[in-house]
Amino acid sequence: MSADPQAAVVSTAGTAPPEGGPTAAVTSTKRRAPSLLVLNIATIFLGLGLWWLISLTGLQIPSPVEVLLAGIDLAASGILLTDIVASLTRVLTGFLLGTALAIPVGFLMGWYGWARGLLEPWVQFFRTVPPLAIIPLAIVLMGIGEQPKIFVIFLAAFLSCVISTFQGVVQVDRTLINAARVLGAKDGTIFARVVVPASTPFILVGMRVGLGSAWATVVAAELIAAQQGLGYRMQQAQIYYDLPTIFVGILVIGLFGLVMDRVLLAIESKLTVWQERR
Amino acid sequence: MNPAEQTLTATDRKIQVRDITKHYEVGGKRFEALGGVSLDVAENEFVTVVGPSGCGKSTLMNILGGLDEPTSGSAVVDGKEVRGPSPERGIIFQQYALFPWLTVRQNVEFGLKTARVPADERRRTAQHFIEMVGLADFADSLPKTLSGGMKQRCAIARAYAMNPSILLMDEPFGALDALSRVRMQEHLLETWEQDRRTIVFITHDVDEAAFLANRVVVMAARPGRIHRIIDVDLPYPRTEDVRLSPEFTAIRNDIWTSVYHQ
Repeated sequence: MSADPQAAVVSTAGTAPPEGGPTAAVTSTKRRAPSLLVLNIATIFLGLGLWWLISLTGLQIPSPVEVLLAGIDLAASGILLTDIVASLTRVLTGFLLGTALAIPVGFLMGWYGWARGLLEPWVQFFRTVPPLAIIPLAIVLMGIGEQPKIFVIFLAAFLSCVISTFQGVVQVDRTLINAARVLGAKDGTIFARVVVPASTPFILVGMRVGLGSAWATVVAAELIAAQQGLGYRMQQAQIYYDLPTIFVGILVIGLFGLVMDRVLLAIESKLTVWQERR
Repeated sequence: MNPAEQTLTATDRKIQVRDITKHYEVGGKRFEALGGVSLDVAENEFVTVVGPSGCGKSTLMNILGGLDEPTSGSAVVDGKEVRGPSPERGIIFQQYALFPWLTVRQNVEFGLKTARVPADERRRTAQHFIEMVGLADFADSLPKTLSGGMKQRCAIARAYAMNPSILLMDEPFGALDALSRVRMQEHLLETWEQDRRTIVFITHDVDEAAFLANRVVVMAARPGRIHRIIDVDLPYPRTEDVRLSPEFTAIRNDIWTSVYHQ
């Protein structure tokens, strides 16, 4: 069945002149793949099935059902919710502080040569230091309360976001700036009405990356020093050889990361509908 | 307009280009983009500038628009030396330069908003020029949904909305296909004939240069300079008949020879 249109296309392409007609036929017959959503759902079930199979081989890996039961237990006792709230609070506080500082600093670096000269070496230097490597220092200086964790998350979010904001400002099309100048705009207007909207897509990508690294950092920070949170819970489970709880932690972290990314992606596509996508 | 006024405006120098040179340093070597260009453009003239690439026509245009500074010499518009860009000198760019996040209407209103024109007047003015370029049905569309020709018409409306003293056009139809280009030329002439605003139009298309202009300035390269100025004594409105007439062909061939056999 599917071989027939293929063959027809091949034969017309062979006899037809190089330009014109047949291109439409080629693209229309190629549109036969199952939708992305179907593939996504299928791959989730495949993954779960594979996991189940591996759990049956005696590799000490808990089965999906065991993990689900452990998850229900943790949720029923209220521990799961407390942990999620603790981790999310840290992530969102650090992320919001980090991006709130990164956006003006990124604009400053992109717009003023002097700011770029003064700030870029520091940003590039700290970018090469993994935020986790700062944790020991942060704990020594700030104690074992919330500050060192939030600080490290803040740093991770800031560094990811500042670079792409800066890139966004630098790449603004000179012709657009010239067009605005010809229409009577001065520097302030050009900044607010050309540079900011033109670099929005870059800022949003930076925020997505920033949120990703904030979420990655919180778990690691909690592994090292915390009294609650998803990372702490996994650390405890490790001591008691409680594999299902570790799996619950991994799944919850992954799911929340995914949901937060999707939310930002939705905001991004709403704010950048004007972009010409190729 | 009475005949007395016409003779007066013909001698009135709207644009004066005075012995402009422009040098660039490229990799330590000096590159002479313009080597002494002088040109007068009268009020109500439509001047096209044509020449091979590297003849400095875009550089001349940027200097007239105030986006670039000459190494020596000066550009004077309306008796004032050009220093930096101004809404008085509208520019149409080859790449359209529409703000992609703004609708057609918001693009046309951009400069009016900058000039703090009250909202209702702004809207009326924008509407007038959007209708003039035939984009009324697309006033609330984003640029990404428009064809190249429509984008450029939006840019033309945006420039006209500022009521500029002169219009500078830098290969505005260069990115369009041949048919859209001809349509845009006819459309531009229709608009121009309404108030005969002074236009300097850069192109590398000899037909386009001949079809639009009162006067064609042919430039030569290395260094960029004016090679010849050719008057186009064909009546407006320039219809298809004009385009297909032997007189047009003769002028066009004359320009062609000047451009390609300098």
